Amino acid sequence: MTKMHIKLTVNGKAEELLAEPRELLIHVLRERLNLTGAHIGCETSHCGACTVEMNGKSVKSCTVFAAQANGAEITTIEGLGSPDALHVLQRSFREHHGLQCGFCTPGMITRAHRLLQENPAPTEDEVRFGMAGNLCRCTGYQNIVKSILAAASEINAAQEAAE
Amino acid sequence: MIPAAFEYHRPVDVTSAASLLRRLGDEARVLAGGHSLIPMMKLRMAAIEHLIDLQDIDALKGISIDGDTVTIGAMVTQAELIAHEGLAKVAPILREAALQIADPQVRYMGTLGGNVANGDPGNDMPGLMQALGAAFLLTGPDGAREVAARDFYEAAYMTAREEDEILTAVRFTAPPGGYAYEKQKRKIGDYATAAAAVLIGKEGGRVAHASVAMTNLSDTPVWSPAAAKALTGTDCGPEAIRAATEAALADIDPTEDNRGPVAFKRHVAGIIITRAIQRAWSRA
Ligand SMILES: Cc1cc2nc3c(=O)[nH]c(=O)nc-3n(C[C@H](O)[C@H](O)[C@H](O)COP(=O)(O)OP(=O)(O)OC[C@H]3O[C@@H](n4cnc5c(N)ncnc54)[C@H](O)[C@@H]3O)c2cc1C
Ligand code: FES
Ligand code: FES
Repeated sequence: MTKMHIKLTVNGKAEELLAEPRELLIHVLRERLNLTGAHIGCETSHCGACTVEMNGKSVKSCTVFAAQANGAEITTIEGLGSPDALHVLQRSFREHHGLQCGFCTPGMITRAHRLLQENPAPTEDEVRFGMAGNLCRCTGYQNIVKSILAAASEINAAQEAAE
Repeated sequence: MIPAAFEYHRPVDVTSAASLLRRLGDEARVLAGGHSLIPMMKLRMAAIEHLIDLQDIDALKGISIDGDTVTIGAMVTQAELIAHEGLAKVAPILREAALQIADPQVRYMGTLGGNVANGDPGNDMPGLMQALGAAFLLTGPDGAREVAARDFYEAAYMTAREEDEILTAVRFTAPPGGYAYEKQKRKIGDYATAAAAVLIGKEGGRVAHASVAMTNLSDTPVWSPAAAKALTGTDCGPEAIRAATEAALADIDPTEDNRGPVAFKRHVAGIIITRAIQRAWSRA
């Protein structure tokens, strides 16, 4: 089958590649662009481990064709922070034990990032509802919710201080 | 889970999409949010040679409210339905139902058009469209036509849409009065074990008009005029609600699956219908 010329902006960087239309975005990110932060958990659109941001939406990248993503702006966990300069959410997950094995974490944090963009001061219920597309087998969610609420307060406090 | 290979098309207007569909015949399918279609393609339950992606067709996007006539483009996503304040004012039942579909990621991608065109009895919007008495706008190579939502569903995955037609929009009259969409599911991200959409108008303490429909309790969505009749003219008290629930249950035909045996589904359906009527009445 003919390959398609695909252009993406990933974490602010322009990328071009040839891919079959049927290739899934998660495979393009992991195998062609070596961005292995987003994970493949269920492959059936349920677990959210593959969550990335596409054009300002949280999406399960196992359920998006490379062809559909042509022209899109994508943010992955690699685009949020780096080991020397962690994003507030990453730091908060570490401090509040929001992860154990860490498999769900990139998806959790990428999703939480979008959630806080849309709702900067969520209640606990809103966090739980907004994170409902991400499954975790380890933590029991309690500390994930705590990490996100703490990150939200920290971001809001920093913003108030700046104003 | 890699789907079989296909050719990808991304037309920018409805006419080109419809003529692609006609030219490519039954080997082609349109792609909206992909959140029903891609899972099927991954399981290789759908063999498709050509995918026609509708994402660049602006005419399929947008919500317009003209008096009490609401028109929603097929490519409007569930997340957009939820966020639209104007829509929440005239027809809040759409937000209430959309919030009960899947999870946030799925709602960013899944569209109203895909949800109603899919034909899966588990989809929530078709039941709601029965209650609203919505019309579906279809465009094919020979022009446009309208089909009533109540005439659209023939059997699971079988609808009145011709293979070369595109569903362009959904249109309905904003329903006056109370409303409720109640859904029982095993967990977030699950399809309904039973769900019900109820609209009730109140005048002088009595039910002036009602509409009752159900999701995933037959191989098509079910609209129950008998349930509405049992409510109309009453005070919507326990007796009337019991009679309406019985009438609605007489119209369903659930089958046993991983959500439970038939007796259980009927039991859950009865509770969900009763709750939906009570809540719609409390808001009327
Ligand atoms: C984990 C998960 C949970 C879910 N839970 C629910 C749930 O609880 N309730 C629910 O209702 N849905 C649920 N869904 C399905 C979801 O809402 C889908 O997005 C929706 O059913 C289809 O919309 P789509 O835009 O993704 O369509 P697609 O998957 O792109 O298309 C679906 C079908 O409709 C056809 N089609 C699409 N648009 C048009 C058009 N404009 N004209 C003609 N044909 C068209 C396609 O060819 C295809 O056959 C769930 C999905 C997932 C992955
Ligand atoms: S891997 Fe995509 S949702 Fe689980
Ligand atoms: S930390 Fe192990 S799956 Fe979430």
